[in-house]
Amino acid sequence: MGSPAQVKTLSCPNCGGGVELRGYARTLNVVCINCLSVLDASTPELKVLQTFQSKERVRPLIPLGKRGKLRGDKWEAIGFQVREIVVDGTPYSWHEYLLFNPYKGYRYLTQYDGHWNFVTTLRSLPEPATSRGRPAVRWMGETYKHFQEATATTVYVMGEFPWQVRVGETAKVSDYVSPPRMISSETTDGEVTWSLGEYTPGEEIWKAFELPGKPPPPQGVYANQPSPHGEKVKAAWKTWLFLNVLLFTVMLLVSLFTRGELVFDRSYLYSSAAQGEASFVTEPFELKGRISNVELAVKTDLRNESAYFNFALINEATGQAYDFGREVSYYFGRDSDGSWSEGRPQETVIIPSVPPGRYYLRVEPEMEPQGATLGFQDRRVNYRIQIRRDVPNHAFFWIAALLLLAPPVFTTLRSVGFESKRWKESDYSGGSGDAED
Amino acid sequence: MSGPSAFCPSCGAPVRFLWSSAVQTTCEFCKSILVRRDLDLEKVGVVADLPEDVSPIQILTEGVYRGWAFQVVGRILYRYDQGAWNEWHCVFSNGSSGWLSDAQAEYGMSFLTPPPTPLPRALELTRGMRMSWNGVVYEVSTLTEAYYQGVQGELPFEYWDKSRCVFADLRTRDARFATIDYSEEPPLLFLGEWVDFETLQLKNLREFEGW
Repeated sequence: MGSPAQVKTLSCPNCGGGVELRGYARTLNVVCINCLSVLDASTPELKVLQTFQSKERVRPLIPLGKRGKLRGDKWEAIGFQVREIVVDGTPYSWHEYLLFNPYKGYRYLTQYDGHWNFVTTLRSLPEPATSRGRPAVRWMGETYKHFQEATATTVYVMGEFPWQVRVGETAKVSDYVSPPRMISSETTDGEVTWSLGEYTPGEEIWKAFELPGKPPPPQGVYANQPSPHGEKVKAAWKTWLFLNVLLFTVMLLVSLFTRGELVFDRSYLYSSAAQGEASFVTEPFELKGRISNVELAVKTDLRNESAYFNFALINEATGQAYDFGREVSYYFGRDSDGSWSEGRPQETVIIPSVPPGRYYLRVEPEMEPQGATLGFQDRRVNYRIQIRRDVPNHAFFWIAALLLLAPPVFTTLRSVGFESKRWKESDYSGGSGDAED
Repeated sequence: MSGPSAFCPSCGAPVRFLWSSAVQTTCEFCKSILVRRDLDLEKVGVVADLPEDVSPIQILTEGVYRGWAFQVVGRILYRYDQGAWNEWHCVFSNGSSGWLSDAQAEYGMSFLTPPPTPLPRALELTRGMRMSWNGVVYEVSTLTEAYYQGVQGELPFEYWDKSRCVFADLRTRDARFATIDYSEEPPLLFLGEWVDFETLQLKNLREFEGW
């Protein structure tokens, strides 16, 4: 029926400059590129609505009239505004681009400190909610936490808009975040408009609109910027869980396949009153198989006493000795805090990598006198020595498990740091600005 | 496809009906608004020159809504202080009709629904007020004072002598919406839902140079 719609060029009644209408008849207000007057595009004579004189011109990063393919559709940048909020006396301003497609309608791009959002107006109403005692909204099954509320003032306009725009007009804006998305409400004269912003890397905008150079690097952490650690934290804990399962499986298998053969088991009595050398050697025993560990356990009947044992595991053929010692002490009692105990009456030692062969043990128990004046009091300990060949070494597994914990804990801490940076800019920073909440 | 043919009582041009139940149409040649009276057409007025089109939709545009094929046969154009919008009259393959609205390129399909209980008067409405139809809660979001700007093509009712109309827009937690048209007594209720441009699979659209 109708002929193809064409972009119209009119002239500004204020300065006579050419005014293009890229948004066709949908455009309601247009700003003269030459004198920056806001004109009423619904009248053929372009009535002047506001003569806006900014001392300095702001140059949009995306030139108006530029087209780009973003999120599957072609969009033309037709409008641009600079809006500003004042927090604790400091003005913060951001840029808003109006994108247009004659079939798909309007979208927006916002840019603050190198952070970009692709914004779509919502047709359904988000539902008021709370999240951990703070205000939030729910939309499409997702909770968006309240981030900030402020009054935004339009400080600069360029291009064209399908609604009324004026420099100096204000709107109450509230942001709710669920990274990488953000829901915002804008209230003007009691009428509320909801929109959904999706965090978009500057590179994507640059590619879509084929802009020269590189996008300005983003500064700080933005309200709905997705955390680079968020997914990593989950992944790190998943990996941790997987490696732990693996580790304990290996541990179980090692326990099953180590022989743990008891090669020596004898009980002795030590008495400090006994005359002569306390050390003695045991009868030899056989350590079989490949090179592997040897576990020595010493079990005593010590009660509120301690003893020290010097050991040497000596190869009968080569004379090679493994020297080691262990203090065994066991104390317990009862005081005002209740019963207590310290130490244990037995100890175990694992000697790694012992070649097979015939070995014997040299043992030298020691017990210190209970006090200088009681030098002659006899002190005794009954003890039993057990030697096992090829035992599973659980300590190794516990250390490994502890080391495995480091990456997820580290990643979690980084993520917590990122989130705290995000919320520092909000109404909930926990700082001095929190009072009005 | 085309229904009964007649001649414009004003200029004599043939008037073809796309939809047999049309109550009103416009003459393509002399812009007369024609209303069916029994077998005859009566000229009740003339459409003022319609302002330049804003919509990619036009008469004869075809599309699909929820699996039902439809064709655009008429429209009503409104203007308000934030621009203009079109209510496109769509006739479905089963003979029923609905309205495809295009306001700032937001598309919604709605159907005239008789309200089970009388609707509140426009003055009684406040923003945020809730009403429920068919188990769905609708919330009043805006009251719009609009100006009837013109009609084109076939409509299911006589619609030509309006000037000022008040509309109430109601929204929901999902994509559904309602509109109450206070230009009639009793007011008319339309229940509908927002639709994505792509899902309508529109054909025979208006062209935009360079797009």
